[in-house]
Amino acid sequence: MPIDKIVSSFDEAVADIEDGVTIMIGGFGVVVGAPSLLIEAVARKGVKDLTMVSNVTGFGKEVWKNLGFKFAEDQDILVRNGQIKKAIATAPVSAIYENTFERLLRAGKVELEMTSQGTLAERIRAAKAGLGGVYVPVGIGTVLEEGKETKIIDGKKYILELPLRADFALIKAHKGDRWGNLVYRRASRTFNAVMAGAAKVTIAEVDEIVELGELDPEVIVTPGIYVDRVVARPKEVEEEEVEISAEVLESYKKFKEKGA
Amino acid sequence: MQEKERLDRQTIALRVAKEFQDGDVVNLGIGLPGLASNFVPAGREVLFHVETGVLGFGEMTAPGEGDWELVNASGQTVREQPGMSCFDHAEAFVMIRGGHVDISVMGAFQVSEKGDLANYMVPERQVGVIGGAMDLAVGAKRLIVAMNHTTKDGKPRIVKDCSYPLTAINCVDLIVTDIAVIEVTDKGLVIKEMAPGWTPEEVQSLTEPTLIIAPDCQEMVLM
Repeated sequence: MPIDKIVSSFDEAVADIEDGVTIMIGGFGVVVGAPSLLIEAVARKGVKDLTMVSNVTGFGKEVWKNLGFKFAEDQDILVRNGQIKKAIATAPVSAIYENTFERLLRAGKVELEMTSQGTLAERIRAAKAGLGGVYVPVGIGTVLEEGKETKIIDGKKYILELPLRADFALIKAHKGDRWGNLVYRRASRTFNAVMAGAAKVTIAEVDEIVELGELDPEVIVTPGIYVDRVVARPKEVEEEEVEISAEVLESYKKFKEKGA
Repeated sequence: MQEKERLDRQTIALRVAKEFQDGDVVNLGIGLPGLASNFVPAGREVLFHVETGVLGFGEMTAPGEGDWELVNASGQTVREQPGMSCFDHAEAFVMIRGGHVDISVMGAFQVSEKGDLANYMVPERQVGVIGGAMDLAVGAKRLIVAMNHTTKDGKPRIVKDCSYPLTAINCVDLIVTDIAVIEVTDKGLVIKEMAPGWTPEEVQSLTEPTLIIAPDCQEMVLM
């Protein structure tokens, strides 16, 4: 039977995500590189107590809608809905305003494990590669060293960082085929290509599904072995007007005045 | 003391960019450092690197004109140019932590006498943004900090020991501020240049550790 990893809907793609699992969410920070529609589907499903591994914890749909993005939902919807128990992130808060995650963190409603971007990437890669961990030179003399094993190698101090495994990886790519081969656009590979294959189930949201053979073997970035499901974004979407809330505006203003 | 004129953000960025040598791979941090991409000295070819996985991109686009899938670390759109390459986050940090990036430019809250860097968290906020700062501070061959010399209420940002949480220890090589250029050396902090109209003594009065005055200490040459 021909291999076919293509699923027809976003709800179907996330149907087996249950309470208490660990999910990785790809992208960097700008919503365009994030699996926006998969995130929305997880929000609709309403699963709780999730551990989220992601560079950021989200800034909110209204911020992105106002910048003109069609698909504007980011991690913030899961945080806002109280679906996230713990986040493992490098930039959990905004440099310019107070996001939902920061508010919930202050209220003691979410947990946070901070790491650095390079270490996050290597910990995910270690899981994907079946490694028991990596010795990294980053974090010496900082909070990231606390409670961790260190080792001197060739006269230099390293910290042992353990692999980060997940149950599901939600990623965004540009094009995909039925074998799960993926290509990305410009600066959108980020954590998407790293997370592919680091979870038990990797689900890729793509702009376009193409026929097998259309992607040049020399340019495929994520070989299909790392991908379990592929789901395409709709070509047409209803445009909706979103007003930026007074609360966000106020917070934004406050930070602008205070400065970084 | 009479308030003297300090350099604005664009001028600090211009002075930072004078450090970029032909062929350097340069990573620019969030905020002020990003402005330096528009001031590469004429005739020098510099490759800009960004954590989002692009090497060799061009200058920032005008707001609203760029491709949102091609952004710098601040999330600002930048121009595509011939020779540019794209890669994932793991590869982006292999470049950084593997010592393949020549210069990293970052902002800071505090820099210590020993070159310790504090730039990811204001203590009162209790949470901050590490992002790629720790990786860049440790991995780049040369770390340039671009910042205002003092806090908004006039306290030194160049201190004996950082009171803010550390990003990395003993990592800063050069500090470019709105009033001076200071090199971090094994012997201590060496003042090399002052903004127009400033004396080394005036800079010292706004700096906690004792500055060593370089033999060739001079007014900043900006053009």
